[in-house]
Amino acid sequence: MEIMKPAIAGTLESSDCQVTVEPGDGEIDFTLKSSVMNQYGNQIRRVVMETLENLEVSNVKISIVDKGALDCTIKARVEGAIFRSVGQMEHLPWGGAIKP
Amino acid sequence: MINAVGREIPEDILEMTGKEVFHGNNYFDGHVFQKAGAYTKCVINSHGSKVIGSIHEALVKCGIKDGMTLGFHHHFRDGDYIVNMVMEEVHKMGIKDITICASSLGKAHDPLVEYIEDGTITNIQSSGVRGKIGEAISNGKLKGLAIMRSHGGRVRAIETGEVHLDISFIGAPTCDDYGNCRGIGGKSNCGVLSYSMVDGDYADHVVAITDCLVPFPNFPAHISMTKVDYVVVVDEIGDPEKIATGAAKPTTDMRKLMMADYCTQFVVNTPYFKDGFSYQTGVGGASIASTISLSKIMKERGIRMRFGIGGLTKPMCDLLINDQVDALLDTQDFDLAAVESVKDLRHFRISAGQYASPFNKGAVVNKLDFVILATLEVDVNFNCNVVVGSDGVITGAQGGHPDTAAGAKCTIVITPLLQGRTPAVCTEVTTVTTPGESIDVVITDYGIAINPIRQDLIECMKDVDLPFKTIEELRDIAYSIAGKPQKVQFGDRVVGIIEGRDGTIMDVVRQIKPFEFSE
Repeated sequence: MEIMKPAIAGTLESSDCQVTVEPGDGEIDFTLKSSVMNQYGNQIRRVVMETLENLEVSNVKISIVDKGALDCTIKARVEGAIFRSVGQMEHLPWGGAIKP
Repeated sequence: MINAVGREIPEDILEMTGKEVFHGNNYFDGHVFQKAGAYTKCVINSHGSKVIGSIHEALVKCGIKDGMTLGFHHHFRDGDYIVNMVMEEVHKMGIKDITICASSLGKAHDPLVEYIEDGTITNIQSSGVRGKIGEAISNGKLKGLAIMRSHGGRVRAIETGEVHLDISFIGAPTCDDYGNCRGIGGKSNCGVLSYSMVDGDYADHVVAITDCLVPFPNFPAHISMTKVDYVVVVDEIGDPEKIATGAAKPTTDMRKLMMADYCTQFVVNTPYFKDGFSYQTGVGGASIASTISLSKIMKERGIRMRFGIGGLTKPMCDLLINDQVDALLDTQDFDLAAVESVKDLRHFRISAGQYASPFNKGAVVNKLDFVILATLEVDVNFNCNVVVGSDGVITGAQGGHPDTAAGAKCTIVITPLLQGRTPAVCTEVTTVTTPGESIDVVITDYGIAINPIRQDLIECMKDVDLPFKTIEELRDIAYSIAGKPQKVQFGDRVVGIIEGRDGTIMDVVRQIKPFEFSE
């Protein structure tokens, strides 16, 4: 998928994360601020990269402010932001690119 | 050298501090030592008043100079003005290389960071630190070592002479012109002055700072005039709203209530729950809720508590009002109900030494049946961490945690299994503050683990309907939800030590380094 416009998903509440995506410069530009950076920074990065790969996104600026969200939450917020950025609100590929 | 809780203590730290590694709770039982003493400047004349004009004048009269150790207490908690007022003056005078020896430091003391950075303060000894001071220490800004010691440990360090207090400052809610201090009355009523008593006995110079000068004699004095050199009157010694808050509303958080209920069920099924038992809790929501639910069962079964110790809050003082306890022994008051209760004749003020010091002829923690505590982390060896956050930054205080845990017959730690995403039950705590041998039971929202060294407790819970699990099972549940946490990336420099209550080294705290992704 190609990012069309900037989009945001998620909140800054505890146990949530806020994901912002923008069109990229030809690669994945990943930034992360997390309250659990030391323990889960690498894990969060891995989940985000996997999610982007599933959605076939390879050209994006993605920045995440994490407040201790679990992997499932992070994944859902990344998916939310990406689909918002391409304006797709219906006919989401449940079980396809959006893997459980 | 590896200590009794499996922590590697660097040789250079042992050399620098002259300390031993932690050998186990009772290593110093029967130890003999001679107490240190304070210089005393006699007052024989009858000119009548010790009141002087300012903190500056007090510092000059006490002979303030580079390298001195200054003592402070933390009964005013986040409302304290004393430490900042004194240190601002010390800073103005250009004094350097001060060691602060406080019973605790908190967010109220963020302004000290400036003095840490410019070398006014080079050593900090405290129960713990929070806020910006913690960040400064963890980032290596303090020139010397931070020493985190328990409330009992501070008294031990002073009485043995390991620390010598040059000048101690006592924030006194009321004081007369001859130095009789009381924790009661005035604008900054904190109830008791327990942590300062050792300062009164062992500091060379003692300065009482008050915002409420009362006529002589301010009796019964909590700190006697016989120990006070000077009295300074200022406009405000603290912010009353942050000293003693209104009683916290009993929690309505179902998770905390469930853990409180587990705790109460556990307590009543132990052999220690019988007429005349003794009890202490921390001030967390679940601990307070368990006091409330325990009081109901006490009433139903006609069981009285002989004594309660605190760190006191309203639910403990309610036991006194409702005649369910014979006596409260008090070192600190957390809310207005507790401050008010100090007037009750069955509510006794005790010193921090009486409360918790391992180096006297017996402290009251040794007579405790139950203590209910919280923790930031507990590991599969039951070691607890209450000082260093899971991000590696110093952010808490030992308080009486290691003292009461060591003393009580049944030490219960309550914690939600996950604090946000961070597993509270883990393979290895970031830093050990309280050794696993002191911890008997861990209660979480996902189950209860009894320390295998307490086969007697495991035996008496055999037929009790509670969700018992092993500590490893609890950890595995936590990791299955949150993922397995990676270890904090520390630098090499040791910035602080966690001192065992007996003065040995329980663990070291290293400087943090910025996180880097591994690939």
